[in-house]
Amino acid sequence: MSLSPDALIAIAAMAIATLATRLAGLFVPANFARTGRLAAAFAAMPVAVLTALIAPAILASAWTDAAAGAVTILAAWRLPLPAVVAIGAAAAAGLRALAG
Amino acid sequence: MPSPDLRTEFRAGFLTAVAPCLGVIPFALLLGALAAEKGVSTAETALMSAWVFAGSAQFAALDTWKHPAPWLALGLLVLVVNLRHVFMSASVLRRMERFSPIQRLLALPLLADEIWAFSEARAARQPLTPAFFFGLAVPFYLTWILSCAVGTLLGALLRDPRAYGFDFAFIAIFVFLILGFRHKGGFVATLVASAAAATVVHVVWPGPASIIAGTLAGILAAAATHAEDAA
Repeated sequence: MSLSPDALIAIAAMAIATLATRLAGLFVPANFARTGRLAAAFAAMPVAVLTALIAPAILASAWTDAAAGAVTILAAWRLPLPAVVAIGAAAAAGLRALAG
Repeated sequence: MPSPDLRTEFRAGFLTAVAPCLGVIPFALLLGALAAEKGVSTAETALMSAWVFAGSAQFAALDTWKHPAPWLALGLLVLVVNLRHVFMSASVLRRMERFSPIQRLLALPLLADEIWAFSEARAARQPLTPAFFFGLAVPFYLTWILSCAVGTLLGALLRDPRAYGFDFAFIAIFVFLILGFRHKGGFVATLVASAAAATVVHVVWPGPASIIAGTLAGILAAAATHAEDAA
């Protein structure tokens, strides 16, 4: 168990950087973009961010992961979350093992 | 409107946390193993996970970790990797009408990807309450810190989580959450634009730029295809 001063300073810098991004939303006025196109842009944020996070891992990867992604999307259409996670992970692991 | 029962809301948040908690444990163990490999102590790793609480940024930072730690370079790296949180906090704050200013200040630092995503998914169906949010965020936060610390001790036990498809657990969670929005207006335009932009930028320039590019393309597509109805 040890805490070195240089690691502490680096961790603090990383924490401040993260906090800055997470608190940044407070500087958007509450009544900003409540109607019209800007409101539609805000409403689309969850789908836009989540898609951007995972799309390269499915579309710009080995065929095994693209296929596992397709299986996951089909599963997510109907099934509850735990089943989707189990099927997605099993598909990825199985196809990767097959491909060697 | 009657205020939802505090305990019911907290429990709903807690139950929502189960899947992401189980999904994050292999990654936290791996992060801890990477930290140990780089000579970062268990205490330092736990502190980092508690203060920074951003998985992808911590992986990126530990990847380039040196002794003595270059604080400015690491801080800037984390800032770039976490830029998406600017969008995420602006978005989720609109769902926090039931939070007091203090509750908002306590909630925002806990806005890891998974917590944000499940909060947005909840808010799309019913009002987001502080009890639900903290019921979700606190167990996930503690699981992250504890598992990262344990990872430094277990070290190389979990060499390759990809072999078990563990990395796909998060892809599956996010696919599930994305599809939950499929009946909202502009869904297809947002999805296609974001996926295309993120993938193209990723191929040209791998790194966090693809997340920002996809996000901007997605929300621009939503704005462009928005039909001005009689609202």
